[in-house]
Amino acid sequence: MAKRVGMEVALAVAEAVGQCNIDMAAVYPITPQSHIGEHLSDLVADGKIDAEFVTVESEHSAISAIIGASGTGARVYTATSSQGLMLMHEILPIASAMRLPLVMGIANRAVSGPLNILNDHSDIMPQRDCGWISLFVENGQEAIDLSIQSFKIAEHKDVNLPICVNIDGFQLTHMVEPVEFPDQELVNKFLPPRESFATLHPSKPVTMGAFAMSDYFTEILKAKNEALKSSKKIILEVWEEWAKMFGRTYKPVETYKADDAELLVLTMGSMGETAEMAIDELQAQGASVGLVKLRLWRPFPFAEIKEVLMKAKRVLVTDRAVSFGGPGGPVCGEVKAALYNESHKPVIYSSIIGLGGRDVTVADFTGMINRVIKGEANVDTYEFWGVRE
Amino acid sequence: MTKKKGPAPWQEIITGCVVLNPGSASEYHTGSWRAQRPVWNNQKCIKCGICYVFCPEGCVSQTEDGFFKANLDYCKGCGICSHECWPRAIAMVEEG
Repeated sequence: MAKRVGMEVALAVAEAVGQCNIDMAAVYPITPQSHIGEHLSDLVADGKIDAEFVTVESEHSAISAIIGASGTGARVYTATSSQGLMLMHEILPIASAMRLPLVMGIANRAVSGPLNILNDHSDIMPQRDCGWISLFVENGQEAIDLSIQSFKIAEHKDVNLPICVNIDGFQLTHMVEPVEFPDQELVNKFLPPRESFATLHPSKPVTMGAFAMSDYFTEILKAKNEALKSSKKIILEVWEEWAKMFGRTYKPVETYKADDAELLVLTMGSMGETAEMAIDELQAQGASVGLVKLRLWRPFPFAEIKEVLMKAKRVLVTDRAVSFGGPGGPVCGEVKAALYNESHKPVIYSSIIGLGGRDVTVADFTGMINRVIKGEANVDTYEFWGVRE
Repeated sequence: MTKKKGPAPWQEIITGCVVLNPGSASEYHTGSWRAQRPVWNNQKCIKCGICYVFCPEGCVSQTEDGFFKANLDYCKGCGICSHECWPRAIAMVEEG
């Protein structure tokens, strides 16, 4: 029987990773990720899982170490946050170019400066174009499920790409939630041992991470882009298999009471559940509103997002990060790009919210939505919701 | 050694660009970058071998008669051999 417990989400993520028969993990502590690494280290030290835990001296070393280990065919894991992710940045596109199935948990936290340890999405957004599969979770259960699924997706023979699971720092990582761990036997069945396409071994030497000049670089990047785009098919297959085995369904774009709604609100990450309460409240008052939740950030689900949003007259996109001097929040930019070629597209509003851990409440959502309903929101630009003026 | 083909299209890029054939870097003839080639004047050469020692490509070798020559498949024309040759037996000549 699946085990249902109350547990801090960061610890639950480590427990879930511990169910995945990993061979090696390298994690450097950083708030609010640290509890993931600490608990994983405990599991190894207590002999509960048979893996190497490498205590590296930085996040740059953590990602580099798991790349090396992954090259030998090992199943590997790391986790980080904010500045740690920024320090890893140099290595991230190398990992995807080498097509190594790394799995990384990200406890999303604002990047400095000013120094701030609380949640927003400004750490993952600069990593957007590094060629990783990027998923967002909304609660502790999803953090467990997607952490386990990630190994299967990343290691699939038609994928072979690194993957990151975005878990809002503090808002999720430090919450104690009721969660259910899948049976170990079923996880073993779901997640067979990794079969790598090439391994570093003295008996059959290969070179990984070789040099390439302009005569091959374009073709190599095209191949990487196609691999990332076509990983969506495998992600969908894995989610289908998960639903059959464990009864919980996942989609690239999920909706909440969105049928026939004239105004759709789009969220990514933990604030989706807060938005649900705002939708309930507004629908009870007779407003035609619904919620859309983006789970798959990369590869961006263009077809799915179009299918959902094209039914609405207006869409309010919320972003937990700023693209400074750009077109608004990064999510809004992608949504607009996805709909640009459609002739009867909805009007899109952009709100930046919840920066550096500022609370996002039900009242914030009802406030933002009412502003759009009343025609007071500015469609020509993006707004910093709740900024003091 | 596999037969040299033209550059592959993107569909044929090996996953992760893994090089499965050890030593295949020798198939890459870096001598194609060269703008100048070293030319030995064996009248001046004293067979000291300093060109052989300093060549960063390892492409200078000694011939049976004791003089030296460069493998032009890999000589990039850097001129280090010419610079180090104290009897001034090596001239760098523009490639046609």
